[in-house]
Amino acid sequence: MTRDTDAATTADTAASPAAIHAAASGAPAAGAPARPPALLRPPQISRRWWPVFRRNLLVWRKLAVPSLVGNIAEPLITLVAFGYGIGALVGQVQLSGSPVPYILFLASGSICMSAMNAASFEALYSAFSRMNVQRTWDGIMNAPVRLDDVVFAEMLWAAFKSLFTSTVILGVMLALGISHSPMLLLALPLLGLVGIVFASIALIFNALAKGYDFFTYYFSLFLTPTMFLSGVFFPRDQLPGVMRAISDWLPLTAAVELIRPLFLGQWPAGGARHLAVLAAYGVAAFWVALALTRRRFRN
Amino acid sequence: MGTMARMSLPLFEVAELTKRYGASTVVNQLSFSIAPGQCLGVIGPNGAGKTTTIRMCLGLTSPDGGRIRYFPAGSAASLSMPQDALAIKAQLGIVSQFDSLDPDFSCAENLLVFGRYFGLKDAVIKERIPRLLEFAALSHKAGAKLAELSGGMKRRLSLARALVNDPQLLLLDEPTTGLDPQARHLMWERLQRLVQQGKSILLTTHFMDEAERLCDRLLVLDHGQKMTEGTPRALIAQNLEPDVVEVYGAGALALLESPLKALAARTEVSGETVFFYTRDAKALLAALSERPELRTLHRPANLEDLFLKLTGRQIREAA
Repeated sequence: MTRDTDAATTADTAASPAAIHAAASGAPAAGAPARPPALLRPPQISRRWWPVFRRNLLVWRKLAVPSLVGNIAEPLITLVAFGYGIGALVGQVQLSGSPVPYILFLASGSICMSAMNAASFEALYSAFSRMNVQRTWDGIMNAPVRLDDVVFAEMLWAAFKSLFTSTVILGVMLALGISHSPMLLLALPLLGLVGIVFASIALIFNALAKGYDFFTYYFSLFLTPTMFLSGVFFPRDQLPGVMRAISDWLPLTAAVELIRPLFLGQWPAGGARHLAVLAAYGVAAFWVALALTRRRFRN
Repeated sequence: MGTMARMSLPLFEVAELTKRYGASTVVNQLSFSIAPGQCLGVIGPNGAGKTTTIRMCLGLTSPDGGRIRYFPAGSAASLSMPQDALAIKAQLGIVSQFDSLDPDFSCAENLLVFGRYFGLKDAVIKERIPRLLEFAALSHKAGAKLAELSGGMKRRLSLARALVNDPQLLLLDEPTTGLDPQARHLMWERLQRLVQQGKSILLTTHFMDEAERLCDRLLVLDHGQKMTEGTPRALIAQNLEPDVVEVYGAGALALLESPLKALAARTEVSGETVFFYTRDAKALLAALSERPELRTLHRPANLEDLFLKLTGRQIREAA
């Protein structure tokens, strides 16, 4: 016999659970398939993000030591050069009216900057290599893994690498005796959140990139100004009015405002607001990154 | 419905599939089906719509019309693309035109990592890896990095990777393009083994000998449309005269103006070569033997002749 055009109407299939599943999944009529789903639909994340994350972890385990040296050498050199060099000239900075040693001021800001840079590098250059050059993503999506899961895994992976870098740098800062505040334990989850936010923002540019050159714009036009406007190197009260207003809403500002007090053994002032800013950036950026990546892969 | 009836049902069915990019229709009302244990070859010039069709079968490109359905063995209910993409892909093995193997991993790690994407437990995958490597003739390269593999080895590793989930249907997009003859023959032998094991295969290729050797049925695609479909032998018998005489050398083209032309049922020209298609080559060969300055080749009609007849001799180089 020949197959009926609609399997669900044949007597022997009507009762099977699989048939009900097929009917419930809304198979469209012939010649009229569903419109392509909206790019901005909510993320559809399943447990399949984990094998994608694990894949990156396995690659990294092989290269961890050299990549670790590269990841922490630069922030530590910055800290030593600026902290002890400029610190000797500046001595102390006034923070909300009380003096803070410059090395402590700088260390607490630069660890946020390192978290930002580490997440950005991974979600730009490395993710782009996997997506566009090695075609790793294409291979993964030949298996039952959604693009949403791949993008989610890449975002968490970049955040994880960023957190790893932050943890090592924090360890070195503890060893140097820059701060011994027990509240630094709280800094780690916050730095993880900073990684998530900047990984998500970077994935927007990853989705738009035609080549690696594009990322130079992102670094020089967004990350570098962000670095100087967010109170990493000098207190934000010195900024002129407009800059200050922009600075108030930058994600790195929120990160520094949350983490710097922990170095001083204090609770952050306005912590809820800063957390809300970070969360808003994270959710919005991931959503936009996902929509743009879906657009890139839809043809 | 009896067991016998169910066995004759297709495993995979594409109906009236259409895809447009702007004003151009790259796949037009395409229908075909694949039965369990069958190898269907799709042949067509560059830009005929082969890769777009495969991408739609994988749910990576959304069609503008038509249906793609998969009928899991033992279940009478169907799964449809793209709604059930993940359930269908769990049953598929894919070798795409370009390798997407992980350069940072060894052969065995490539298989392990890929198996995890299917939700398979590490123990299950590790148990399969030695057999997969042996199938790919790569047992001695289990720990080798990708850079140490030849082109043929990489393609075989891609094939082994596509088998990690024990799929029912393999979609192979030009699996032997760029391989040397030895590597190609080894690939063919492995694909024949898979068909013997009862796997179904959808294969695109530019190689007519490959299509003839591997495929139970062939579909000729051009400009997104099915030109014809059937067994390789039947397609040749239906569309072509059985004998071909190729003539080349100085003055070959002038033959078309001579009485010799009447001895062939059909003639074609490609460059400096004239092709005479005929049901009986004797008279033609006798006449040509009086023209020793011309070089002649007498051979049976083959798939390449069919392909060129249906899709023309025009070079397709547009992107």
